[in-house]
Amino acid sequence: MWSWVLHRITGVAIYFFLLVHILDTALVRVSPEAYNAVINTYKTPIMGLGEAGLVAAIGFHALNGLRIILIDFWSVGTKYHRLMFWAVIALWVVLLAGFLPRHLMHVFGG
Amino acid sequence: MTTEQVEAPRSARVARRSTNFEKWGWIYMRASGVVLVVLIFGHLFVNLVAGEGVNAIDFAFVAGKWANPFFIVWDTLLLWLALLHGANGMRTITNDYAYNPTIRRVLHWANGLSTAMLLLLGTLVIYTFDPCPAGASADLLPSFCAAP
Repeated sequence: MWSWVLHRITGVAIYFFLLVHILDTALVRVSPEAYNAVINTYKTPIMGLGEAGLVAAIGFHALNGLRIILIDFWSVGTKYHRLMFWAVIALWVVLLAGFLPRHLMHVFGG
Repeated sequence: MTTEQVEAPRSARVARRSTNFEKWGWIYMRASGVVLVVLIFGHLFVNLVAGEGVNAIDFAFVAGKWANPFFIVWDTLLLWLALLHGANGMRTITNDYAYNPTIRRVLHWANGLSTAMLLLLGTLVIYTFDPCPAGASADLLPSFCAAP
């Protein structure tokens, strides 16, 4: 059940970021100045932490989505659904361990 | 005393020859999901991990990417697959929680309209993009824009 709840919450969060992200990218069609002004706000510490949260949400949604597909289509998927949930968590931790130091160094300089 | 009237059982339903929208929605979430895992992790790597990460992103960065047809195809697929995946997810959530028929209809329309408008906007932006707009200061433009 918790994987289902997390899948919904991360899905909605990613969806609303996607709406904003399509609109901010559309500014390249307005002017270089308009696009750069908005994209520069993505480089601030607060937005940098937001990007870390976004990647954490995307990472969980992607890995758990693959788990859902395996449960649906793999012959023994339903048998191993719980084990696969912990595999999702483990892979998610590995993914973030690789991403977060790199990204936080970009944002905070280091 | 009146006899109870029992209605004749209904005749077998004729198999409807309509497409099963919910089934195709279910299939779409899984098919697009697999592709999106590759497209989005690739997008995140190029934009947030490689090189200077988020600090490298500006107008010239985007223009440099879209000078390559590979990224035009990549970003078009991202736009369509991700937005339709998200919109179908929001449709599912609306059906789950919006009990009031009027509110449900309003939310479905808002979802459909915003999705259609953003698909149109995003596609137009990618395919009418001008990497060297006239009048922009040269230091904001990609290096391949010829100096006057």
